Amino acid sequence: MNNSLLVVVLASGIAYGTPLLYAALGEVLAERSGVLNLGVEGMMLVGAVMGFWAVQRIHVTTSLALAAALGVAALAGAAMAAIHAFLVITMRANQIVSGLALTIFAGAAGLSSYLGSDLNLGGAPARHQFQEIFPQSWQDLPIIGPILFGQSILVYASWVCVALVALYLGRTRPGLNVRAVGESPAAADAMGINVAGYRYAHTLVGGAFAGIGGATFSLSITPQWVAGLTQGAGWIAIALVIFAFWRPTLCLVGAYFFGAFTALPFALQSHGVTVAPELFQALPYLMTVLALVLVSSRAARLRFGAPAALGLPYVREER
Amino acid sequence: MRIERRLRQPWWLVVVVPVVSIAVAFVLAAIIFLATGHPPLHHFRRLFDAAFLANGALSDTVVSATPLIFTGLAAAVAFRMNLFNIGGEGQLYFGAIMGAVAGLGLAGAPSPVVIAGMMVGGMVGGMALAAIPAVLRAFFSTNEIITTLMLNYVAALVLDYLIFDSHSYLRDTTGFEAQVFPQGKTLSDEATWSSWTSHGVALPLGFLVAIGVAVLVWGLYNRTRFGFEVQVIGDSARAGRYAGMRTRRKILAVMLLSGAIAGLGGASQDGDFRHQLDPQGLRGANYGYTGIVVAALARYNPFAVVLIAFLLGGLQNAGFALQGADFPNGLVGVLQGLILFCALGGELFVRYRVRFDWLSRKTPASTALEPAP
Repeated sequence: MNNSLLVVVLASGIAYGTPLLYAALGEVLAERSGVLNLGVEGMMLVGAVMGFWAVQRIHVTTSLALAAALGVAALAGAAMAAIHAFLVITMRANQIVSGLALTIFAGAAGLSSYLGSDLNLGGAPARHQFQEIFPQSWQDLPIIGPILFGQSILVYASWVCVALVALYLGRTRPGLNVRAVGESPAAADAMGINVAGYRYAHTLVGGAFAGIGGATFSLSITPQWVAGLTQGAGWIAIALVIFAFWRPTLCLVGAYFFGAFTALPFALQSHGVTVAPELFQALPYLMTVLALVLVSSRAARLRFGAPAALGLPYVREER
Repeated sequence: MRIERRLRQPWWLVVVVPVVSIAVAFVLAAIIFLATGHPPLHHFRRLFDAAFLANGALSDTVVSATPLIFTGLAAAVAFRMNLFNIGGEGQLYFGAIMGAVAGLGLAGAPSPVVIAGMMVGGMVGGMALAAIPAVLRAFFSTNEIITTLMLNYVAALVLDYLIFDSHSYLRDTTGFEAQVFPQGKTLSDEATWSSWTSHGVALPLGFLVAIGVAVLVWGLYNRTRFGFEVQVIGDSARAGRYAGMRTRRKILAVMLLSGAIAGLGGASQDGDFRHQLDPQGLRGANYGYTGIVVAALARYNPFAVVLIAFLLGGLQNAGFALQGADFPNGLVGVLQGLILFCALGGELFVRYRVRFDWLSRKTPASTALEPAP
């Protein structure tokens, strides 16, 4: 029963969806504060390479090494995001161009691959990797075994993160302030909220999440370093944020949905059905376009649309 | 410290700021090199040699620059109207697909006909993909940034599908090797775009067409009513609407123009350089995204696009030429990214003036205003 198509697709959809979920959560935080960061792919790759470096070079017990790796990956992602934040918040640069520049700078043909070859990380498997944490007997339970108990701790931690981000944005004062900054920075400024401070903080935290998402690849999904190993997951994460209408809880659903599309062609193949994988890989992008069209009407945009000030620099003197 | 908007931009700033920005980028790159134990000056000299001085380097740089001129112009025409078409990547793929279809379909016709057909095919392909975000933006006001970005990936997957996972018209299915390593059908000799040599530098037809497009874009934007209206809408869409400009039509026209230019770049890839539909080569090169960088560095000026594309093309070509054990991987991306970061940051100094209050506080200028006792 546990080998049936649906169970396999759901279980691996969750595994493949987890890096998307981390990166999308980070992007939700940044975009809710009004900063569009198209550099997710670059931040993920730098997080992946630095997390992998930490695991290979820090010689401590497995759990300590993995925790340190996540910390290093988060810092690396945040450092990349800091470049973007400085350019678009302090220097008032165009957010689209700056984000693309970040992907070129840090991405598959940039810093991440420079670091990977310079620190000599290629070719070796990870010394430690995230593994399933529940006993085998639990994982063998019908249906729920592989789906719920056959995952690594990163998956369970991501659920906690979703809950925390959702509570933060919906139920706390700073969270409401973030939304004010993203919807109407001028009003937020008049309320005495530090617009630039909030935008910096959330762009940086967004980068940290992207870094952890990248490390999910190099320490759990592929457990090794290959240049460009995220293969466009950063872009799917950006799509996911829109698909989830900028809501953390919907990100969870969307991430597994998109993850399942990655898993489906492989699962079908093992059941003897050959379908062009491109068909399924294209669906997340097409569905995002469709979702965006659906919420394009004025009324829907107010309720489900992008933060009103997304992508716009805020200059107090020029409002 | 205060940052004030400049009321008038001195003309020399537009030249000085980019030059200083590029210099700062190289200083930052040198710091990264030193931190990772590479001699920076040595690598910079090798890059410069491989890009512009070595034997045949200029010809290779032209090859790298040609697609960047097309995608740079495609981005520039749209960005001028604050229409953020970042779909140059996908539109170039579709141009390459339709260009290859035209090249194969017209096989047997005289060469000029085939070449013209490929150009038209490329433009139609690029326009077809650009039409989707254009219509969505014009009639549903759907954000074009995201739709164009998403369609890039759809286009890339279509490209892969045509060559790797189907027996399409474009795929070479003859022979054992073509079955194992899927590749596009080779185009006929008539479909090979001509090339001229001047002072030892090979100038492919696509490069000359790209420069021609740059001139046309300049004329369109600086000498016609259409261009004027586009720029007014770009500066203030509301002002344009009140003046009776047809915003919706402009969105459609500019997006299609942008897509056509990117698509022409795709056809030039088929005809000038690759002579088949080459998904891996096209996807690995990131011409579309680099084109946006080129357009931004050029401040959307078509002639500056040509110049910047040449510089970045040189850098890219040097990256390919030097690839190897003793040359660090990913260096070209790092340099390109740094140049762009610095240029973006430098933009602030063109638009704004930075005043240091602690400098002016020393001069007791305000005493005169104090009321007499």
